[in-house]
Amino acid sequence: MNIVVLIKFVPDLVEDLEIDASTSLLDRSFLRLIPNELDEHALEEAILLKERLGGTVTAITVDFGDVDETLFTAVAKGTDRVVKITGEDFSQGVSNEKLAAIFQGVLADLPCDLILTGTQAVDDLDGFVGALLAERLGLPYVGYVTKIDVQDGKLVARKEYPGGLNADIEISGPAVLGIQAAEKPPRYVVTSKVMEAMKKASIDEQEAGEASVEAELPVQRMSLPETGARAEMIEGSAADVAAALLKLFRERGVLA
Amino acid sequence: MSDIWVVIEILRGEVKEISYTMLAAGRQLADGLKGKLSALLIGHNAQALASTLGAADRVLCVDHADLAEFNPEAYLRVTTAALQEHSPRLVLFGHTAIGTDLACGAACRLKWPVATSCRTFAAAGGELRYSSLTCGGKIIAEGPIPEPNCLATVMPGGYKAEAGKVNKTPAVETLSPPALDGVRTRFKQYIEPPAGDVDIAKQPILVSVGRGIQNKDNVALVEGLAKALGGVVSGSRPVIDQEWLPTTRLVGKSGKQVKPKLYLAVGISGAPEHLEGVPEAELMVAINTDAKAPIFDVAHFGTTCDALKLVPALTAQIQ
Ligand SMILES: Cc1cc2nc3c(=O)[nH]c(=O)nc-3n(C[C@H](O)[C@H](O)[C@H](O)COP(=O)(O)OP(=O)(O)OC[C@H]3O[C@@H](n4cnc5c(N)ncnc54)[C@H](O)[C@@H]3O)c2cc1C
Repeated sequence: MNIVVLIKFVPDLVEDLEIDASTSLLDRSFLRLIPNELDEHALEEAILLKERLGGTVTAITVDFGDVDETLFTAVAKGTDRVVKITGEDFSQGVSNEKLAAIFQGVLADLPCDLILTGTQAVDDLDGFVGALLAERLGLPYVGYVTKIDVQDGKLVARKEYPGGLNADIEISGPAVLGIQAAEKPPRYVVTSKVMEAMKKASIDEQEAGEASVEAELPVQRMSLPETGARAEMIEGSAADVAAALLKLFRERGVLA
Repeated sequence: MSDIWVVIEILRGEVKEISYTMLAAGRQLADGLKGKLSALLIGHNAQALASTLGAADRVLCVDHADLAEFNPEAYLRVTTAALQEHSPRLVLFGHTAIGTDLACGAACRLKWPVATSCRTFAAAGGELRYSSLTCGGKIIAEGPIPEPNCLATVMPGGYKAEAGKVNKTPAVETLSPPALDGVRTRFKQYIEPPAGDVDIAKQPILVSVGRGIQNKDNVALVEGLAKALGGVVSGSRPVIDQEWLPTTRLVGKSGKQVKPKLYLAVGISGAPEHLEGVPEAELMVAINTDAKAPIFDVAHFGTTCDALKLVPALTAQIQ
């Protein structure tokens, strides 16, 4: 099975996010971008499938800046081919509609049996890339997938519902699947393996083609929610805070 | 062109709570625009559920044996056909496993824009606006809902589902489904949740652990604290995905909704998907080193103390 994995870079939420006063949008000048967590799960699921069923894995991202290390890490994990789409500074932000259009262009020359991506990315606002892309390619889409199997020559995607309920959906022919979690936690590779991949492998660079977007969602203004608006904060050393919490739990009848 | 539609979500014959949240939102918007509110009910032998959708002016039922359970491609075909024909101003879907598959697919097929993870909407002077929560709850994004048609996915939190439960009988109409031959997806079977573990939804004291605990060994610290408090350990998604805790312990959108007397969140940032699982803890306390973590918006008490120090100290003091 030949699998393509799409990777989007998103703001690292561990860092402080700021609003740019002149645009009223996210200040991207010092933003640290990291691969979307669920896209890493999609890559893991692709590699697990390849290990089970054979075939190839191709990972594609667009030029969000520092993407090479992520691509070489993908190689170190077992990805056969890595592609970087260039032609624009995507680190300044790109809508999912446009991203889907760009991926559509690249996939036109890249036949495959299965396309995987994270079911959603942390900064999504105008739909999910995988679902938008599927429609552009005329392929079926299933999101919230936690497991993929092949039975009687057909894909079976396990779709996750709340409360631990899942449903198996059978799919005829190629499809785009949005991964919610890989069957196993994404593997870790040591730096030496990544360094080795940097020496041996190369990144295919491709120009982004004309991306036609027909329906765009305007984002006018961003703001930070008022944090700590509600919680009463308890300060002090660990011992002080522990004592205050103990007192609180007793007052509220949580502890005898 | 001022009509609002809600795509009702049914799972295993039951109307999901998010449908009522959407009806509450839709009612406000339809009234604001002086339009009508329609509910699209897709399923098989599900017409009886229409009587629970009284917040809508009318319920449009699409019935077909192939629609008995959610089938992504079949449902998408039905939804887009109905929207194409009626061309509502705004269509609300759940920001859920079912709703997002449909909304994104329909957006692309109809060439209508889609706004995802919306929490609230406004209808003022005939203009519609959305407000979305993104970046793990750290950013609010707003904008106008483009004319003439738009789709949106709705998260809980902005409207009370109770307001969408109206004891009235809506008009019921039947829409015939488009041809469903050649559909490439097929519902096979449900896989039941694993049984045998404690039910976190019924526990009065939950100590919930997040990625901030850093590794599996440290989860034992939290287990010690839960034991000392006479409670049980639950967790956030990354903790479950890393296999540090079993899936039965997951709190949130994809896990369980809990309502304990005490919810002690340890190293949990408070992403919207997590907070969906704790809408009404009697007492919520958060331990998180990041003073800007969204969990402090909902917790009653908080501390930025390092969990790795505070958890053992608290356990020791209780004992
Ligand atoms: C479709 C979908 C469904 C989802 N369903 C769920 C769900 O059901 N439940 C769920 O939980 N998530 C769910 N998520 C994931 C959710 O979006 C968040 O990614 C997740 O909740 C984050 O978990 P966390 O808070 O443990 O980790 P993080 O967001 O990484 O937060 C870790 C926190 O720990 C703090 N920290 C670090 N070190 C320390 C320390 N020493 N002491 C104290 N604090 C520390 C950090 O400041 C940070 O705030 C879902 C996501 C998607 C896309």
